[in-house]
Amino acid sequence: MIGYILRRLLQSVAVVIVVTIIVFLLLQALPGGAAHAILGPRATPAQIATFNEQNGLNQPLILQYFHDLGNWVTGNFGFSYKLNQSVSSLLWERLPKTLILSGLALLLTVIVAIPIGIIQAVRRNRTFDYIATALSFIFYAAPTFFIGLVLIDWFSQKLPWFPPEAPQSDGIIPIFQDFDAMVLPIVTLALLSIAGFSRYMRSSVLDNVNQDYVRTARAKGASETRILTRHVLRNALIPIITLLGLSLPALFAGALITESIFNFPGMGLLFWNAAQQSDYPIELGVVIITAFATVIGNLIADVSLAAIDPRVQL
Amino acid sequence: MTFSINPAESPDDSDMNVSNPLHPGEPGELAEVIALPTGLPVGKPRSMFQLGVEVFVQNRLAIVGVVVLVLAIAFCFLGPLVYPTDQVNVNLAIVDLPPGPGHPLGTDAAGYDQLGRMMVGGQTSLVVGFAAAAIATVIGTLWGAIAGFFGGVIDGFMMRIVDAILSIPILFLLLFLVTIVQPSVPVMIFVLGLTAWLIPARLVRGESLTIRVREYVQAVTVMGGSSWRSVLRHIMPNVIGTVIVNATFQVADAILLVAYLGYLGLGIAPPATDWGGMLSDGTQNLFTNYWWLIYPPGLAIIIVVVAVNLVGDGLRDSVEVRLQRR
Repeated sequence: MIGYILRRLLQSVAVVIVVTIIVFLLLQALPGGAAHAILGPRATPAQIATFNEQNGLNQPLILQYFHDLGNWVTGNFGFSYKLNQSVSSLLWERLPKTLILSGLALLLTVIVAIPIGIIQAVRRNRTFDYIATALSFIFYAAPTFFIGLVLIDWFSQKLPWFPPEAPQSDGIIPIFQDFDAMVLPIVTLALLSIAGFSRYMRSSVLDNVNQDYVRTARAKGASETRILTRHVLRNALIPIITLLGLSLPALFAGALITESIFNFPGMGLLFWNAAQQSDYPIELGVVIITAFATVIGNLIADVSLAAIDPRVQL
Repeated sequence: MTFSINPAESPDDSDMNVSNPLHPGEPGELAEVIALPTGLPVGKPRSMFQLGVEVFVQNRLAIVGVVVLVLAIAFCFLGPLVYPTDQVNVNLAIVDLPPGPGHPLGTDAAGYDQLGRMMVGGQTSLVVGFAAAAIATVIGTLWGAIAGFFGGVIDGFMMRIVDAILSIPILFLLLFLVTIVQPSVPVMIFVLGLTAWLIPARLVRGESLTIRVREYVQAVTVMGGSSWRSVLRHIMPNVIGTVIVNATFQVADAILLVAYLGYLGLGIAPPATDWGGMLSDGTQNLFTNYWWLIYPPGLAIIIVVVAVNLVGDGLRDSVEVRLQRR
């Protein structure tokens, strides 16, 4: 087990290093380089040369990479070109909001999708199953922003139940004080993953109901409820752990869209605005942080899976 | 966001479980594959293919998917011939008209006829979707086949690259790339293709790992055949079923991603557009109740993506049933 964790840890470190190399190469691919982006298109060659000199951009690439890597490891992602603030302080401000949005959406997903999937599997090929399947296909194919727009149209315009904009305040606590405004963003972000998770849960339960241990339990006279709750579900829920880890990148991307629809000042909105203004330090910081979070999430999922399920090959 | 949890790729019917999809046109190899693990009666290769087609045709939902797709393609590419509209010149005299005579779906904020715009925008979405999926599938298949065949250090290295790119949310990567390169249709195809090859790479790698230890591949090596021969002539034909099934899901993902980029204002530049870009334009009118600017492109995306997923499901079933009945 320890060996497995160490191996997975090493793998994760390798992945993070490859991410930083990719990000570094992307930075190199910028047209005209960072100098051009900061100084603007009308900078003279002399200005650019001075800038490159001052920022060490005329050194060999490999040195630059290790220099940047050193900065990133210590949490220094440079200075925003447009917002006059260091990227790490911006991330520190915005990341918690995205985590709250995504975390609550994931919670809602698990609460809704797992029961739906179980009911579908138990009452397979009945009306509820068909309706849920049809809905999951539709929501799975619906772009997040369209779901968000329709929700605003119906539940904010036609029926004035919720505000069309997420809480705008600084800090975390005001978000919960203005929770009405969080309902639509959370639902928007959750609907897509509910579609995916309920399908997965349905299949997972169906996989398990035909297993030998279920037949054994039934032969011993266990009631159907007991078989479902004590035998099938305990096994069927295991793959959901992996799915939670795997769904992180999609969740972050969905958060970007959701934040842009509802103008929620989280990391996704920060990234989108930065992308429109070519504010590269912010883009790089966000990409590295999200990739890091994803790798950590997958690592935690894998390790807890190995801890829970002895069948996993270590 | 579609990237990792396709409902159609759930555990009991995951592509991963298709250990050995068969290629219809390679009789010699087929017989070897079929005979290996089970010892069940061996069918003729041609009939295997026919069986697959039969299963697909019996799947009513898959046929509905095909029909919807054909209709959508006809609408986008033949529609403008039947219903020609000016989608280049802005006409400020007819801005934001509601649906009515002359403009069945109204007009948008630039005076473009919305129905005609749906056709033009759909062309972008469909062309980019299919082409990007094709590129991603080719790159991913080659990458995965090579990694899986060689194994060891090469495999480890190649798969860490895949892991790394997969851990960056694809939308973030795309947004970054389109700020570097001004998006046009070829650029979008290229960029989407270059970011979407990871899943096919993983699938194919997994399959090649299992196939390369099979006797008939080892026999090639023993007889002095090159590694490339093994990869191209033996591993590839055996993973083609999985690859084709995955390619359909790639098309669905690519159509959605084009829409996302368009929605975020980083898609194709006007006057060209795509369904996502149309939605983005329509968003500004959300609070004025110009519903015809929002619902048609949104529903079009959903309908086409559902259709593609249904076709993918049908294909997967036919690949799997061919395997089960062998």
